[in-house]
Order: sequence, then structure tokens, then C-alpha cells
Amino acid sequence: MLVPNHKSFYQDLRPGFSAGQSAERAGIFEQAVKREREAQQNKDGSKIAENFCGWVLEIKELHVTIEGKPILKGVNLTVRKGEIHAIMGPNGAGKSTLAKVLAGDPAYEVVSGEVLFLGQNILELDPEQRAHLGLFLGFQYPVELPGISNLQFLQTAYNAKRKARSEPVLSDEEFQKLLDERMELVEVRSEFKLRGVNEGFSGGEKKRNEILQMAVLAPALAILDETDSGLDIDAMRIVARGVSCLMNEENALLLITHYQRLLDYIRPHFVHVIIDGKVVQSGGAELALELENKGYDWLHPAEVNV
Amino acid sequence: MGTQELLQERSEYKWGFVTPIESESLPKGLSEETIRAISAIKEEPEFLLNFRLKAYRKWLEMKEPTWSNVRYTPIDYQAITYYSAPKKKQSLNSLSEVDPEILRTFERLGVPLDEQKRLANVAVDVVFDSVSLGTTFQKTLQEAGVVLCSISEAVHKYPELLEQYLGSVVPIGDNFFAALNSAVFTDGSFVYVPKGVRCPIELSTYFRINDSQSGQFERTLIIAEDNSYVSYLEGCTAPAFDNNQLHAAVVELVAKDHAEIKYATVQNWYAGDPKTGVGGIYNFVTKRGRCEGYRSKIRWTQVEAGAAITWKYPSCILQGDESVGEFYSVALTNGKMQADTGTKMIHLGKNTRSTIVSKGISADQSHNTYRGLVKVAPRAEGARNYTQCDSMLVGSECSANTFPYIEVGNQSSQIEHEASTSKMNEEQLFYLQTRGISREDAIQMIVNGFCKEVIQELPLEFAVEAQKLLTLKLEHSVG
Repeated sequence: MLVPNHKSFYQDLRPGFSAGQSAERAGIFEQAVKREREAQQNKDGSKIAENFCGWVLEIKELHVTIEGKPILKGVNLTVRKGEIHAIMGPNGAGKSTLAKVLAGDPAYEVVSGEVLFLGQNILELDPEQRAHLGLFLGFQYPVELPGISNLQFLQTAYNAKRKARSEPVLSDEEFQKLLDERMELVEVRSEFKLRGVNEGFSGGEKKRNEILQMAVLAPALAILDETDSGLDIDAMRIVARGVSCLMNEENALLLITHYQRLLDYIRPHFVHVIIDGKVVQSGGAELALELENKGYDWLHPAEVNV
Repeated sequence: MGTQELLQERSEYKWGFVTPIESESLPKGLSEETIRAISAIKEEPEFLLNFRLKAYRKWLEMKEPTWSNVRYTPIDYQAITYYSAPKKKQSLNSLSEVDPEILRTFERLGVPLDEQKRLANVAVDVVFDSVSLGTTFQKTLQEAGVVLCSISEAVHKYPELLEQYLGSVVPIGDNFFAALNSAVFTDGSFVYVPKGVRCPIELSTYFRINDSQSGQFERTLIIAEDNSYVSYLEGCTAPAFDNNQLHAAVVELVAKDHAEIKYATVQNWYAGDPKTGVGGIYNFVTKRGRCEGYRSKIRWTQVEAGAAITWKYPSCILQGDESVGEFYSVALTNGKMQADTGTKMIHLGKNTRSTIVSKGISADQSHNTYRGLVKVAPRAEGARNYTQCDSMLVGSECSANTFPYIEVGNQSSQIEHEASTSKMNEEQLFYLQTRGISREDAIQMIVNGFCKEVIQELPLEFAVEAQKLLTLKLEHSVG
């Protein structure tokens, strides 16, 4: 088993990273992770190369601009199989930008840095190629696609991925069966199958539709961008349960959120704070609680530098 | 310039090639002599020459209309060739005797005329410049008693039907371009479906302008007798020339008691250079159907994807009680194209119903206008109309306008109008792409989703082609 038991792994790391310490520690955290990885590699070098040593996502010094304006200013982040990471931070910090850049949004320009997904550099890939590798972005504001039924959309997407991976596509009946199962899992009513994608959906319905797509596409890494915003408690519980059901040792989850409340339902292994385009603090689940109480001001990079 | 070079240069319009054939033309310009010459070449009966001359005299008194939402440099009517035909050595007995160059042309256009390769279940009549080249599936049609032939042929075979119906739906002085067409029309299709006959196959005409100086003035007349049914489709393309060419057609439909006519158009004339707007076809067309009989039905379906300027309003006169008129339209403009299109539904009979579904897609720097009239006459009790008018904008330099006119003369009528404007944008494409769907497929899905209600009204063989055409046209416009 190449994936280390992450519970013990975190326990080793967490004491040094309790919230409230200097943001310098974020870099140390990354270094620690790197050391851990190297240690793993040394143990069993050849096998690790084949299996990407359990690392799903590695972001190295990522700098991103939009229309010449810098948004991300050197983001580092590492996510391994089986892990749930939460990314928090104030409005405009670059959280959604990070999500969209990972998914390949052409509106953003990557100036420098590297993004490895399952060991492969994906920055040159089209969004659809990233999806075929197993990357999924749950949008903060899912767009409406009038006249395209959810069924047609999901089936096209599912089979496009299968085709790209040289796997046999599912017949209509087989796909219907899969879809029914997944719809039940995330509690989406069957009438949504024939409705236009997000067409006339309420905010909550749109978000649940994102989770349904995630459930159908079963990605290796799901990035959920503010999936909790606009959800009432019941809807959030359903979303959280769906997400929890979909998590296993082989995949990973990146939750971008404003509030701690989603984290009551989905407990992350790591919490990272992005401010002004940089990860300024990382820690365990308790960091989110601390942020809830203290806000972000105490983490502001200007103050940290002083 | 050779065909291949032309093709490479205008790769965005793959139908833009010219066929190198010898043709016979009348000298440019329009006068009574031109009209007499056309009539003489076609050995027409007296009534038709008189019809033409009367129309010509009307036309001379008329002014070119300016109310449309399109802009173009004035047309010099003396610089147009009004008759051009491929030179033939002898009269043709079958399509296989047509100049092989022309047969290859149609093959490249996806309209194979070869007996073995022809489209399954579609009888095709092909019109090349000013003349019809012939019709496939003649035997099947004969057995069913359905007539599909060129209008020139019909003039000789069915002169009494022509004398009775020609100009009966679109009068010769109806409008400037209809008058011009009535004076100089050279060919087109004639369809006659006798009483009680359900036409067993789709009928189709393929129009091709090849000559650079000629205008195309085709005339189509479809008559469906009591309890008959016919489905007809026309397709059009033209080579890419730097000059503008005029296409001024007139189409007349007559539906008797319980008769149903479905008329579909997939129009892909050369639209001019997408960057400069130079060249392209002026598509100024008058199409009108008369639901003459009780419970008769006429449905227009159009996919307008080409032409520098499109100016047309396929209309229905709902004369018979409980008659039904329908109009389903997709008009796509890109580059510098302009379209002013829509329909007129004239309710005269009692309990008449009409449906209008119009989808306009504008991209690049194009202008797309829907203009429609719903008119309910005082005696048209219980008339109902439903209009849905959607526009989709691609990019930020295009425009979409909607001009719905409603004139109601009867209190018991019901008129509904719905309109929407949306934007196909990078966000939608990105969303689909993040789900693993390629950009090309994403564009196709969005366009098809938007046009679904119209495309599904097309005969199956052409629905797929129409979808491909729309996607192809938009590929360069998005992003």
C-alpha cells in the first residue's frame, strides 16, 4: 500500500501547524510534505513512479493573471489520494481563480509555475483533456444550457471520457441505470433528467446538479467551488452526504468555501487560507473554526510581513 | 483561378467553387426584348409572355423598397444577366446525359444525381443557373400520380394549371422583387399532388448559381389537391465571387381541403468574405402559401445560414376555416451578413391557427432581424396564434432585433407572443468542456439545443446536415 495512512500522517504534522502561527509555516508545511514524499520514494522508487506515489495534485509556484492583472502570486499546494482539502479566504483572494485555472479556463493566463495532476503537467491541456484524466470542477455559478437535457449532457460527457480513455461507451440502457443510481445517491428527482441543464433551476438545484455530475463522472479530483453558498441546511446536508459517499481512498477533494459550516458536514484533513493570491496559512480542520471566530484580518500578508 | 485554389482561399465556404462549363447567356440588361427573348428560348405560350410583360410594366412603375433593416449598395438591374444555361449539345433524355462536370459539381455538394448514389427516398430536381437539369425518382412519382418537374416543363405539359395558379398567391405586382421575378423567372420547380394522394417520398430541388454575372430568378409552384400531402425541400449554394449576385425567387403554395404542404429550405448561399463583406448573394425572396381549403395546413421550415443579405417572409394566408399555418425558422448570420426575415400569418377563416417559432443566431459583426405580422381579419372568429421568438448572440459586435406586428380585428381571437434573447458565451463552452466534451461538440450542443424545435421539423435526411452546417458556420465565430 503506497498511500500512507493519512491519519497518522496528519497527526505527525498537525502539532506544528496549529492555527495562529506565522504564515511562514505554510512554506514549511509544504516542505514537510515534500520530505514525506521523498521518503516514500526512497522506500520504493520504481513502484512509486507508476503509481504517482499517491499524489493527485501538485501545484508549484503558480502565478496567474487575468487581463494583465496578477491574481495568483505563487500558489503551492499538494493533495494526495484520499484527502479532503478546504481552501478558505476572503472575497477576491483568488480561490475561484485557482479552481478555474486548474480546470483550464482560457480567460486566465498562467505566467509561471507548474500544475501536476496524477503526475502529468496539465497546464498545456484543453479543459476536456483534463476532464478525461479525471479532474472535475463544480462551479460556483453553473451556467444554464437551454434545450440540452441533463440526460443528453451527462451521457455525452460520460461517454466522451470513456472514449478518450479507450474504454467502451455505455449503451443508453446501461447509462440510464447508472444515472438512476447516482440520482438516488444525491437525492435528485428523476424529472431533472429531461429538463434543460440548469435551465430555470433554483440556486440550490443548480448546486445539487453539480454534485450529480460529479457522482456520474466519478473524478479522481473534484474541486467544488463554493458549492455550499446559497444552500439551506437540508440541501447542504444532502450535498455533504453525496460528497462523502463519493469519497474513497483513490480520489481526492478540494473544497473552496467561504464559511466553516460546510466543514461541519465534510470534515477536511487540511485547511488552507488564500489571501491576495498566496496560501498564507495551512492547518488541520480546527483552522477553519479559528477563522470562523477571528476572521481573516490577523492573517493578512501585510501584517504577517511586519 | 482554378477550382482547387478557390477552395483553398475560401476554405470557410467549401461550396464556393466554380464549375468550368460552357454556358449560353443572354446579354446583360433588362428590357422588353430580354423578356421576349427568354420567353422565345423557352418556347412559351402566349399567356405566359403576357404575364411576364405585364409584370415588367408594373415593375417599371415600382420603387425598390427601403423599409427593411438591411443596408446594401443599390443594385444595377442593367448589369445582371437574366438568362444563363449550360450549353448542351442535344436535348437530354435523362440525368445521366448531363455534362459530367456538372454531375461532379452536385456530387461535391453532397447531392449525387447518379442513379445508384442518389439520396434514399428523396426525389431531387436540380436547377443550375437558370435551368432545371432534371429530376430523379421519376418512376416512383409517376406511379403515385405526383408531378415534380421543372416549371419550364410544366409550362408545356400543364399549361392550364399554370395559367390558373401562377401569380394567384403572389400577384405580379405584390412587391418590387416579386414583380421582377414574374417578368424574368427562368426556372424552378412545379409540384402537383392530385386528390387523395399522399406523396410517398420527399421532394427536393437543389439550386446552384454557377455563373458570376447571372441573377437567379426561380419560380416554384406547389398545388396540393383535397386530402393530399406533400413534403418539399430546397437547398441552395453558389460559388464565392467578389461581386454581389441577386437571387429573387417567388414560391407559391396552394393547399385545398384537408391538404397538407410542408416546405423546408436549407439556404447556404455564398455570404461574401467574412472579414470585408465583399461579394455574396442578395437573397430577396417572396414565399407565400394559401391555405385555401377547409382544415388545410401549410408549414414553412427554414434554415437560413448563408447569403450576404436575406430578406424574406414565408407567409400563410389562412383562408379556409380551421386551416393551420406554421413557421419554423433558424436564421444564422456571421461575418458581415444581414438578415431580415420572419413571416406573415393572415387569419381570414374561422378558427384558424398559426404557430411561429423563430430562432435567430447572430455572430461576429452580423445583423439579424425577426419581422413578423400576425393579422386577424374581422370575420376570423376564434383565430389563435402562438409566436415564440428567440435570439442568440455570439460575441459582442453583432445585433439582433425583433419587430413583431400584431393586427387584430376580431375580439374572439387569442394571440400569444414570447420573446427571449440569450448569449452563447465562453462560459457555456468552458462548462461543457470541463465535463469532457470537446469544443466543437459543445458548440453543436448549444446551437442544437437552441434550435431544437425548428430542426426537428426538418425531414430526417436534412436535419443532420442542417445541424452540421450551423456548427461549421459558428466554429470560427466563437472565441
